[in-house]
Amino acid sequence: MIDRPPHITVQDFTMGYGDFVLMRDLNFTINHGDIFIIMGGSGCGKSTLMTILTGLKRPAGGKVFYDKTDFWGSGPEVRDRIIRRAGVMYQSGALWSSMTLAENVSLPLESYTALSAAEIKEVVDLKLELVGLAGFGEFYPSEISGGMQKRAGIARAMALDPEILFFDEPSAGLDPVSARRLDDMILELRDSMGTTMVIVTHELASIFAIGDNSVFLDVSQRTMTATGDPNKLLAESRDPTLHMFLTRGEKLT
Amino acid sequence: MTKPGEIILQESDDSTVTLVLTGSWKLGGIGSSAEDVYQRLQSLPTPSKIKFDSSQLSEWDSGLLIFARRLRTVCQTKNDVFDSSGLPQGAQQLLALAAAVPEKKDARKIESKTPFLVVVGNDTVELFHSIGKMLEFIGEATLALLRLFHGQARFRRSDMLMTMESCGGQALPIVSLISFLVGLILAFVGAIQLQLFGAEIYVADLVGIAMVRLMAAIMTGIVMAGRTGGAFAAQLGTMQVNQEIDALRTMGISPMEFLVLPRMLALALMMPLLCLYANIMGVLGGMVVGVSLLDIGLIQYYNQTVAAVRLWDLGIGIFSGIVFGVIVSLSGCMRGMECGRSASAVGEAATSAVVTAVVGIILSTAVITIICNMLGI
Ligand SMILES: Nc1ncnc2c1ncn2[C@@H]1O[C@H](COP(=O)(O)OP(=O)(O)OP(=O)(O)O)[C@@H](O)[C@H]1O
Ligand SMILES: [Mg+2]
Repeated sequence: MIDRPPHITVQDFTMGYGDFVLMRDLNFTINHGDIFIIMGGSGCGKSTLMTILTGLKRPAGGKVFYDKTDFWGSGPEVRDRIIRRAGVMYQSGALWSSMTLAENVSLPLESYTALSAAEIKEVVDLKLELVGLAGFGEFYPSEISGGMQKRAGIARAMALDPEILFFDEPSAGLDPVSARRLDDMILELRDSMGTTMVIVTHELASIFAIGDNSVFLDVSQRTMTATGDPNKLLAESRDPTLHMFLTRGEKLT
Repeated sequence: MTKPGEIILQESDDSTVTLVLTGSWKLGGIGSSAEDVYQRLQSLPTPSKIKFDSSQLSEWDSGLLIFARRLRTVCQTKNDVFDSSGLPQGAQQLLALAAAVPEKKDARKIESKTPFLVVVGNDTVELFHSIGKMLEFIGEATLALLRLFHGQARFRRSDMLMTMESCGGQALPIVSLISFLVGLILAFVGAIQLQLFGAEIYVADLVGIAMVRLMAAIMTGIVMAGRTGGAFAAQLGTMQVNQEIDALRTMGISPMEFLVLPRMLALALMMPLLCLYANIMGVLGGMVVGVSLLDIGLIQYYNQTVAAVRLWDLGIGIFSGIVFGVIVSLSGCMRGMECGRSASAVGEAATSAVVTAVVGIILSTAVITIICNMLGI
């Protein structure tokens, strides 16, 4: 386990829209089994970073490696194969609105496994139970609340027991108890299945409770200013912006 | 009740200006004196110090803040000293808060005027790009269709059946109405001319051939472009806005197979059936005119129609129907897939889907007609 190469490596990475550069010179690594937090102010490009890591948008420069494979340097088939081992939960939920929650979760299972209908139903029920939505299988996304949609999105992302899970602000819009349950679930999944988690979040409590690696994107400098264990960053960093972020705006003394 | 906001300027000799605020400073209720103050301050010769006295101020809201903020900007350009300490406590805090996060200069949209020729040039290049994209989309759809024949395409049968229902059965009323009326109109217009020669019976030929060979397919195609093409674009566009299509992609499910293919198949299957139905309704429309106005017998009209319309005509009509079905579904899906991420983009996608489909229908009718002409059928 120890000498495995990093799961995801980001090298000299630049991203932007058209001529507008959002972030440049990003360099960080995510190890197998990490709970990796992407932090940064609103609008700094965290969701954009996720769309690039999940293969929806090309970076403006630099490289992303999954294990040892150059992600954007390989053909679409290779990218497809890599990304099929990942599960993604979007900031907006992005559930398929014409399908019930159960169908949302079962579509990836039907597509990629040879399970029987009865087995698929078992898996779907289990995943919905894990996010606290037992009994909501027959509801359509428009019939449940925003926080519930988020949780259903998480259940869908977990459907195929992926090796990597990307969550974009999973606990935004959840009540404190559900948010705490979600944190517990994330830790549980990592410990039991070794899943690598890449999570965008602003919840300081979650960041310190579950994060064991992180990157901080600084809007004003248009680059990352820190990477590492958030608890260590809080204790050791002398960067005023990062300190303000990690302490809800307290000045560095 | 409360007096509108007024302002009194007190100048003292050490070039300090005190603004005495009186009355109610609320949005919309401020007297015109604010403008004068800017003017007078700007005309003051030397840099001065500006203070406030708000002891006679009865109430205030954003109106006061806007005034103070503008005044501060004026002072900054003139190097005046702006002292907000005389303002009400709350207003001072809000002003400080608004100044705390400086405006992000590079976040502003860059809007520059482009010369006319550049606009024309860009649009032309854009046109070629969009033709390229269209061909690419058609190519991808064809590949997806091939995968379907190999049994590899992934989509849900239920999606296709639902689409078939909504673009087939539910379209019957409007298709009936339109094609019945078109048949009726054709018969009317034809009858006036044919009566001159005493050849009323040929109204049956006219209506039969025109409907079966051409008009039924075109009218159905245009109805479906407005009804179903627009709906496809709006559906897929909304899915794009909700990132549902992104979610499909990251699942490794091709939106081409999962979303476009069932819609294309459904419409390509339903269009010929709708055409056939429109044929019958059109001939019926002609028959109503023939029997009621021209005194042609029912059986006679029927026999005349059957004798006039050849099987080829029917074949060409049905074939056109299939082509139009593919055109309508592809333009709807294409505009939906390339939709932007906002509600107005969805509206634009629906509009442009209908326009694309109608243009496509007319162009392909021309092509089919020319080819049939050359083949002599
Ligand atoms: N499609 C787009 N075209 C152009 N610019 C975009 C587009 N999408 C996002 N941006 C810009 O990219 C920046 C980053 O957006 P992004 O959604 O990645 O932010 P974020 O860090 O996820 O913010 P939040 O925490 O609010 O979700 C924004 O400032 C926005 O202006
Ligand atoms: Mg975001």
